[in-house]
Amino acid sequence: MSIDEREAAAEREISVGGTAPAERDERAARLPDPFTPQRRSLRERIGRPRIAVVLSVVWLILVVLWALFPSVFTPFDPIAGNAAEAQQAPSLAHPFGTDATGRDMFSRVVYGSINSLSGALIAVSVGFVIGTAIGVFAGSSRRLVDDILMRIVDVFLAIPSLLLSLSIIILLGFGTAQAAIAVGFTSVAAFARLSRSEVVRVRGTDYVEAAFASGGRFLPVLWRHVLPNSLNAVLALAALQFGTAVLSISTLGFLGYGAPPPTPEWGLMIAEGRNYVATAWWLTTLPGAVVVLVVLSANRVSAAIAARGRIS
Amino acid sequence: MRYVLGRLGQAAAVLLAAFTVAFILLQAMPGDAIMIKFENPELGLSPDQIAALRQAYGADTPLPAQYLHSLLGFLGGDFGYSIQSGTPVRQLLAEVVPGTLILAALGFVSAVILAVGITILANLPGLRRIADVFRSLPSLFVAVPVFWLGIVLIQVFSFQLRLIPVINPGPIEGLILPVLTLAVPISAPIAQILIRSVDDVLGYPFVAVVRARGADPWWILWRNVARNAVLPAFTMAGVLFGELIGGAVVTETVFGRAGVGRLTADAVTQQDTPILLAIVLLSATAFVVINLVVDLLYPVLDPRLGPRRRARVAAPRERKVVSV
Repeated sequence: MSIDEREAAAEREISVGGTAPAERDERAARLPDPFTPQRRSLRERIGRPRIAVVLSVVWLILVVLWALFPSVFTPFDPIAGNAAEAQQAPSLAHPFGTDATGRDMFSRVVYGSINSLSGALIAVSVGFVIGTAIGVFAGSSRRLVDDILMRIVDVFLAIPSLLLSLSIIILLGFGTAQAAIAVGFTSVAAFARLSRSEVVRVRGTDYVEAAFASGGRFLPVLWRHVLPNSLNAVLALAALQFGTAVLSISTLGFLGYGAPPPTPEWGLMIAEGRNYVATAWWLTTLPGAVVVLVVLSANRVSAAIAARGRIS
Repeated sequence: MRYVLGRLGQAAAVLLAAFTVAFILLQAMPGDAIMIKFENPELGLSPDQIAALRQAYGADTPLPAQYLHSLLGFLGGDFGYSIQSGTPVRQLLAEVVPGTLILAALGFVSAVILAVGITILANLPGLRRIADVFRSLPSLFVAVPVFWLGIVLIQVFSFQLRLIPVINPGPIEGLILPVLTLAVPISAPIAQILIRSVDDVLGYPFVAVVRARGADPWWILWRNVARNAVLPAFTMAGVLFGELIGGAVVTETVFGRAGVGRLTADAVTQQDTPILLAIVLLSATAFVVINLVVDLLYPVLDPRLGPRRRARVAAPRERKVVSV
């Protein structure tokens, strides 16, 4: 071992040895939470992680504004094309280029955000309402009911999520709302498991015991004590599922089970652009990049919410 | 032994329940695929003929009888008939399963290599300054839509660089891009869990002891950390299988490959419920079997979980649901 290596080893020893106990305690505390692997280490190493979160929030707000006021951001119509300007590469006038019928891609992306966002919102709501209801009920029921409910949830986990949503799509038919509901069902199991474990965890704490001992009834205690203390973890999961839902909805749209063709939907737009891969890269690449950024931002925000919960 | 039997029983129960759920969703609900196909006025079938057809498909018997019939059929390997083509579903599946198995196996192996590579790069003693770049790769991979990745890869490698022909690629050339497309999203959760467990293991006291005795970082990483850190990744096997199936549906559609995924997508488009039912059940079976094997093997692989502590094996399992 050379002197340099020794020094490096010693340095590592100090850095790891110095922080190890605290680090491990915090790690142990965070073990049941599988959603934030790199977030914490980034903060440790860089020291100013807020920038990523702030950028994510700004980006998400921008996309929400696209959905609410699309005409502010783009002068072009998303459906009616101008044949004279077909297949143009990205330029100042058309930042995302135009497609084969001369439609401005940027305006299609902007107008399409409402489909993706509202779809993801429906999906998360479906998963949240059904999943949390099952989870809270299971967590606060007796052992037998709890076991039965959670085994049913396990069954939903056993079916791959895409196949589960396809089974629901085949039942409900094609369309934006149908795709959103189908995606929502895939997150029921995650919400149920999380809310159950949170209820069980909070239920075992001294203050809940005290609340019951001082005469609290079941539902008020659930509302006053259990719910606020579980909210953070559930919110973090909801943000994560939002990103996942955007991804899944665009996948269903790409496969042709979502919105019908003239609709500007992100997944469908990529599917349509696929026929022009050789000549017009912007038709697929740019809408896809928007999807990636939205999902990435939602995951970052989710990690930030989860991290805040661990500190306080 | 009692534990093994109990686990087997539990797995069988989950499978039966999965069958029931899938049956209720796909067969018992009102949207009747046979009616959709044969009530089409172009076919000019009389109501009597439709009734006869329904009888031939067994759609007129009461639900409990249908349920029992399908259940017995599935146990015996008979998955019924495709509504669109009339071919036995078993035959349709047998044609496409090998192709998908090759794709999935190669995709999985590449994903593991990719994940291990990322983990090593993220922990290399010499690369600590840029370790964060590698640490953030998995979260980027998770956010990338599989179908988009496939198209971008075609764009770059087939059209820009002209490395892989689009039309009639050789059997091996034709597999490169689909395997890569499938591997990237699968590698993300593996890399995440590997990086995290390496971090965990590095914090254990025994690592400090080894280091104090003069071991260099490489030695620690390979001899002490790697063995301990790989174990938690095994618990993800079932979830990864589900992602492989979902990924195969999309990858095969993007690259126009025949396979289980393509069959699934076509079945959904044509509302061919028997095919979807069979695929859903086969995947659920595979998921349950994989989890069973992992649960039974874990105590063998990890000596810390001896027979007395087996009861705790099931508890710390994480099942993260990541849809594709």
